[in-house]
Amino acid sequence: MQTLTRVRAIVNEQPVEFLCEPRQSLLECLRDILGLTGSKEGCNDGNCGACTVILDGRPVNSCLVLGVEAEGCRITTIEGIARGTELHPLQRAFLNQAALQCGFCTPGLIVAAKALLDEDPDPSEERIRAFLANNLCRCTGYDKVVRAVQDAAAAGREEVPA
Amino acid sequence: MQAFEYANPSTLQEALSLLGNRWGEVDVLAGGTDLLPLMKDEIHTPRRVVNIKNVKELGGIQSTKAGLRIGAAVTLEELLQSALVRKTYPALADAARGIASPQIRNMGTVGGDLCQRPRCWYFRNGFGLLARDAGGQALVPGGENQYHAILGNSGPAYFVSASLLGPALIAYNATVKLASASGSRDVPVEKFFVTPQNDSSREIALLPNEIVTGIVIPSAVTRSATYEVRQRQALDWPLAAASVVLRMKGATVAGARVVLGHVAPTPWVSEEAAQALAGKAINEETATEAGKAALAGATPLSQNAYKVQLARVAVKRALLQAARGRA
Repeated sequence: MQTLTRVRAIVNEQPVEFLCEPRQSLLECLRDILGLTGSKEGCNDGNCGACTVILDGRPVNSCLVLGVEAEGCRITTIEGIARGTELHPLQRAFLNQAALQCGFCTPGLIVAAKALLDEDPDPSEERIRAFLANNLCRCTGYDKVVRAVQDAAAAGREEVPA
Repeated sequence: MQAFEYANPSTLQEALSLLGNRWGEVDVLAGGTDLLPLMKDEIHTPRRVVNIKNVKELGGIQSTKAGLRIGAAVTLEELLQSALVRKTYPALADAARGIASPQIRNMGTVGGDLCQRPRCWYFRNGFGLLARDAGGQALVPGGENQYHAILGNSGPAYFVSASLLGPALIAYNATVKLASASGSRDVPVEKFFVTPQNDSSREIALLPNEIVTGIVIPSAVTRSATYEVRQRQALDWPLAAASVVLRMKGATVAGARVVLGHVAPTPWVSEEAAQALAGKAINEETATEAGKAALAGATPLSQNAYKVQLARVAVKRALLQAARGRA
């Protein structure tokens, strides 16, 4: 029987503690142990970005991180993006622009876009496209996604006047 | 993924004491962007994994007397964020900028780039580093070789070195620092990449009981650039790349280093291109000639002759970019 390791981390601003096998990815731990099934498993090898989470301030593919590596880390998943019952401007913008069809890539795209807007509140279209290059969407063709991120960036700038 | 023992040392000494004596026993985990997929596919099945991300000695970028020291665990994004790297070593910044995606650059490390395994699809599908069938016959020459080597490919290895930073580091005459429990050694990056002779050896000069601790790039006033020819702008390895470092005397080249990537089992230093440039000014014509000289000895396989022209163009464009300089 494989030994389980205790991991303590901050997930969506809440301290959590869980037991996992060293071979379980952070994505598996989030989904199967913590029940946070918003992060999706697409390719499971770092290509599709559906599992993107923010780890200590930086977007990463949680399928390429071991759960045990999260010890002491601060993680934001799609479940931590909304403010209570109020959607994040990115979530509203994705709805308004219909920037999704099947929705499987959407959690990863919104989390990655959040990381972008945290770093750069007014990104150019080129920057948005480059930053979201690791988030594959097979439905939308990306244009609506880019427009949604631009709308959210504008909404965010209105909320916090310079 | 097979089960393994996880070690999370906080000092270099402790990390080194956890390594194995034979390849395959222990794997070092830094960014995990290559190791985790290798373990998921059971190409690597270590009994222990040593996470080196919490080893302080392996981080940081510092100017030293010997040059710029870059810790092995520095992420590719940290490398790109360094104003010093962008200003002084543009060929390295160009190469780092081309790597994969923001997510991968946030995770992947400098040491990991040098130690990543080849992308050869035969290797990744369990046919071994030299890609042979059960009877020992090489699969690549008569197989799907469109992304394989066009230089240094007389066997037994046909894969291309996957390192994106390697060519630039070699062009700068950088040194890689290695450590084991019994001491440390410095190896020129050029000598770090080797062509393996059998399936149980590696494509790098690292020993199983060693880890890469950092890189030192000597300081010198040069013009440099990396140009990569890619199918896609992101999430892929280049089809061909060239890193060039030029030491200029007035308007002419006093010394050149031209190193090709993704064309051979190691980064490929082209003395021919360097000679073609000696004493010349860099312009469209001389840069084109240098590209031709670099590929004069190419021996493409059945499906990858197209890479010869891509590599020529990579050399030409890297030279023109280096000569122009950048703000």
